[in-house]
Amino acid sequence: MATSGVLVGADETTAVTRAFRLPMISLFIALAVLIASLSFGVAVGAADVPFNGILRSLIDHVPFVSLSTGLTDTQETILWQWRIPRLLLGALVGSSLAVSGAAYQGVFRNPLADPFLLGAAAGAGLGATLVIVTSSDRSFGPLGTVPMAAFVGALLGVSISAALGRSAGRSTASLLLAGVASAAFLTACQTFLMQRHVESIQEVYGWLIGRLSTSGWTEVNLLFPYFLVCGSVIFLHRRHLDVLRLGDDEAKSLGLRPGRIRLVVIIAASFLTAAAVAVSGLIAFVGIVIPHIVRLAVGSSYRVVIPLSAILGAAFLSVGDVAARTVLSPAELPIGVVTAFVGAPFFAVVLWRTRGQM
Amino acid sequence: MKQNTTSATTVTVFAATIALLFAACGSSDVASETSTVVDETAESTETTEAMAEDEAHTTEAMADESALPSHIVSLSATATEMLFAMGAGDQVVAVDSYSDFPAEAPTTDLSGFEPSLEAIIGYEPDLVILSFDPGEIVSGLEQAGVPSLLLPTAATLDDMYAQIADLGVATGQIDGAAALNASIQADLAAISESATADAGVRVYHELDQTFYSASSGSFIGQIYTMLGATNIADEADTDGYGYPQLAPEYILQADPTLIVITDQGGYTVDDVSARPGWDAITAVSSGNVLVVDADIASRWGPRVVDFAQVIADQLALVPAG
Repeated sequence: MATSGVLVGADETTAVTRAFRLPMISLFIALAVLIASLSFGVAVGAADVPFNGILRSLIDHVPFVSLSTGLTDTQETILWQWRIPRLLLGALVGSSLAVSGAAYQGVFRNPLADPFLLGAAAGAGLGATLVIVTSSDRSFGPLGTVPMAAFVGALLGVSISAALGRSAGRSTASLLLAGVASAAFLTACQTFLMQRHVESIQEVYGWLIGRLSTSGWTEVNLLFPYFLVCGSVIFLHRRHLDVLRLGDDEAKSLGLRPGRIRLVVIIAASFLTAAAVAVSGLIAFVGIVIPHIVRLAVGSSYRVVIPLSAILGAAFLSVGDVAARTVLSPAELPIGVVTAFVGAPFFAVVLWRTRGQM
Repeated sequence: MKQNTTSATTVTVFAATIALLFAACGSSDVASETSTVVDETAESTETTEAMAEDEAHTTEAMADESALPSHIVSLSATATEMLFAMGAGDQVVAVDSYSDFPAEAPTTDLSGFEPSLEAIIGYEPDLVILSFDPGEIVSGLEQAGVPSLLLPTAATLDDMYAQIADLGVATGQIDGAAALNASIQADLAAISESATADAGVRVYHELDQTFYSASSGSFIGQIYTMLGATNIADEADTDGYGYPQLAPEYILQADPTLIVITDQGGYTVDDVSARPGWDAITAVSSGNVLVVDADIASRWGPRVVDFAQVIADQLALVPAG
């Protein structure tokens, strides 16, 4: 008896160690993937900038270090005003969408939930379209009218869904259905506007399929605060999302208030989505696929899914954008096309490899 | 009216882009799509004896010089310009909302992009010109016994000449069309002959803020080539489909000495200059960012001559890069 007791104890220890180790290992792998993606992204582009010069320029930008980079002024501009901000924007947008997607999936306990679920995409689309077709000033730059309108539109879309959902009941199902209704309505308005102003249809369309075009650092600066605040809120709620998976009654018995948790997480995820959509348009697929790839790889605890989605979302979109920038170089491909084209088959492979585990 | 003008031009740019996006695989096959439905109906009449009375009637009418189409509806701003320039203006009863040139064109609220069959037939046309068929319009008109002519965005200047000739045949203004083509050709030749552009001039023609451009594979780009400038978009357009989207890194590196934007992209020369690092581009630092009327820079019609003249005038001022 005593021996068997020891054995059981040993098993428990290994199990605990494994549970602790697995996330750490996968975290390191994910970080390595991200670093590799970013290095790759900074090294390649449509313009020829020597890799040696890039390295020296990066080191030169470390505070208190001064180094002759050997790059021309134009190459420095290309690197620091176009390539690096765009790379970081891609990483931030990918990260934001993946985290929001994971958060929505947790809140709604629905694997098909994505950041655009509650009318954020439709609202943003309507906002952007409204500005593109009516305004003669369509700057995309610092606090430009289009990103602002998209941001407001996305929040408006989610608010309408929330208001409708609340009036229909307090269940997550009614909120989901309200999201469907408001998205359909907003999309109808947007399509109507688009058809009334076919002259802008190309611009609207370009916005709808998503793009990572930067103009210096403004887009990065715009998104970063939202990423920091909303990302932290979601990150801090990752354990609560795990409890919610058990059901509301269990959550209540543990002293949590499921309704409030959901509200906070939805608000954070919606603001994050709205900010991402404002600077990049509607980049599909990242928010749904990345969290699922993480789940298939390391399990479905949000303690792990949230941080890993953040890291891999960033890696995925920065690599995707490298493809967008270079496949047809010096011409470009829309990033939304790349994410779906690369992401969908990749996701299918992951699903197939892990069949039986789901 | 101003609103209308600006709208019209984007439509054509849009049409061009769409046409080229979808024709990207077939590259210059766009020209062959300039097939005329009128011709098809005529051919099928010859081969098939039993024809609906209506259809036979219209085909006869087409063949008979004395019964030229006198109720033409044009749903294409470019075709409208062609019609009036070749002397078929009197035969036109209605043009779409984007057809804003020449001033005497009978502009209506007809839409060239969401055409309503009923609204078109309401004008009792005996010929309908379109640049775009969203689906059932051409076949719908055919069923109603109305001949139509589909003239999609021309890929090249040669396509434009071919469309003008087709339009001449369809309207009975064969001589007018030939004269128009000859005059466009002569004007372009004169402009290119007197062009003093330096071969070192590198031009970047910007279609919108996402850096879509026009390469030498497009009729727009052909004008630049004709005037002796090098087009930086060519390197991004190995397939020759005409309208590549350039990487901003590449534009900086290519350092164009002339940048051309249109007057209705929703941004200005100042916005272009304010882009990070663009002050170092020779075109920007030397003040050679030119704003052109988007109508003349996007319609493959008689006014390409005006576009060529504007560009030639500017090129004369641009120093070698």
